[in-house]
Amino acid sequence: MEIRVTAEKSVGGFTLEADFTVTGDQIGIFGQSGSGKSTLVGLLAGLHHPDRGEIFLDGECLFSSRKGIAVPPEKRRIAIVFQQPCLFPHLSVKSNLLYGFRRSAPEHRTIDFAALVKVLKLDTLLDRGVNNLSGGEKQRVALGRAVLANPRLLLMDEPLSALDDTLKLQIIPYLKGVSERFGIPYLFISHSLVEMRLMAEKVLVVAGGRIVEQTTPDQLARSRMGQSQVGYINLLQLAALRRTDGLFVYQWGDTELFISAGNDSPNALFELSSRDIILFKKHPEAISARNLLACTVANTFSAGNKTGVELSCGNRRLVAEVVVQAADDLCIVAGSQIFAAIKASSFRRLG
Amino acid sequence: MLSLTPADHDAVRLSLKVALAAMAVSLPFGFIFAYLVTFLRFRGKLLLEVFVNLPLTLPPVVIGYLLLLLLGKNGWLGPLLDLLGIRLIFTWKAAVIASAVVGFPLLVRSIRIGMESIDPQLIQASRTLGARWYDTLVTVILPLSLRGIIAGSSLMFARSLGEFGATIIVAGSIPGVTQTIPLAIYDYASSPGSETLALSLCVVSVALSVLVLLFHEFLGKKLARRD
Repeated sequence: MEIRVTAEKSVGGFTLEADFTVTGDQIGIFGQSGSGKSTLVGLLAGLHHPDRGEIFLDGECLFSSRKGIAVPPEKRRIAIVFQQPCLFPHLSVKSNLLYGFRRSAPEHRTIDFAALVKVLKLDTLLDRGVNNLSGGEKQRVALGRAVLANPRLLLMDEPLSALDDTLKLQIIPYLKGVSERFGIPYLFISHSLVEMRLMAEKVLVVAGGRIVEQTTPDQLARSRMGQSQVGYINLLQLAALRRTDGLFVYQWGDTELFISAGNDSPNALFELSSRDIILFKKHPEAISARNLLACTVANTFSAGNKTGVELSCGNRRLVAEVVVQAADDLCIVAGSQIFAAIKASSFRRLG
Repeated sequence: MLSLTPADHDAVRLSLKVALAAMAVSLPFGFIFAYLVTFLRFRGKLLLEVFVNLPLTLPPVVIGYLLLLLLGKNGWLGPLLDLLGIRLIFTWKAAVIASAVVGFPLLVRSIRIGMESIDPQLIQASRTLGARWYDTLVTVILPLSLRGIIAGSSLMFARSLGEFGATIIVAGSIPGVTQTIPLAIYDYASSPGSETLALSLCVVSVALSVLVLLFHEFLGKKLARRD
């Protein structure tokens, strides 16, 4: 998928000036609230028109002030999953799901209703009204409804913001899985860096009504490490091994990690801040931290007054951070051998 | 003892007929008008709103008189109506028009309140799911403003039952033809010795109003349960 936008739009005192071309199937749009993300969504979907400019999707002109083209939203085949589920309150789950499907042209109908219902686990909800569903169920119905409209592009406008942390992590596999399974490219809009890293392969950074950067989620996280309160968040997908003395043991590459916040499910996603990793030049004899990993420095990068240290442990990577002086004192350069100590309580389980 | 004369029966029947007809005639226009002022932006919107709401503040007699000027034999639309062979003034149809004009702003206000409470994102969602504007109007806006439509219709129906000032000017007070309940009560009140007859019609009037309000509450509750 390729999106090409050169557009200007003033709303109130705010002006969005977007000028970018982006290709890919899992694109993130990252920015703080008020940066212009939602305005951009509205322009792409055709809910608002730019004051001037052009919008192309896969070479097809959706809007051009010069040529007087403005394809209406119902003809763009761009569906939106909003922050609020926005389900039609007077329709059942099934009628909500089929709302867009019934209106799509027969030649575009590639999504199988039964298959989608199964993937989103909505089988038992079909005949119910939508007003008594839980938050997660509602958002799954909203996603299903958007996908069943057989769009060529799915806009996910902060679809997780209204959900609590546990639900977010439960919905992410659905968002990602459904788009991959049914081959629908998406634009994922969020102000959360962690969500970006879980959802997008490429990120457009929006600030002050402009696209200021086009990068990868990981690069973005590294460049923001210095200013961030929580440093760089390492995301670790781990397989559970066993329980021992109140700690959970997880397999991470060819090493084992001791974690306090484990649970009994066979797989879990953990986050670990770069600030919670302590680096030693030599093997510390006695240490309270339950995890001591022998690593090689793969790379270093600077972020503000911090130095990011990319560690290679076996075939896995971790990012730690130290202040610049510490990096100098320990002579941390690419290729140095180093020990990383991590407390068992530093891992936070997501979901 | 309260009792109704055959003329009173006619008045009750006529009142109901006029109120129902006024409501039925106004409903589609009221819905379209409420849609226009709620969702569209256009030049002269404010002026149009003032014009439609005018009957709320104008004395009904003034409205009746203006309607007479418009629809009378020598009125502005007189020649056109003549040409079409339509006679309105001093028929029950004139009473319908008077009630419709006077009740229209009430109808529009209620529907509008219903429409304004619809989340705009629901409308956007429906458009991005492939619905054209009229499709959205019928499948999203109409069902979601149903409560406002019912409230507006009941208000308008009740208002029509009580319409007096405009009706007496354009339709007169001809027993059996254009004499509705309020006009009949006025007649009784101005002739000595008819107090009981007037009171009987007042009781009918109160009963009808209570029924309308009960019906409105019942439908409202039913809709709320559905949600």
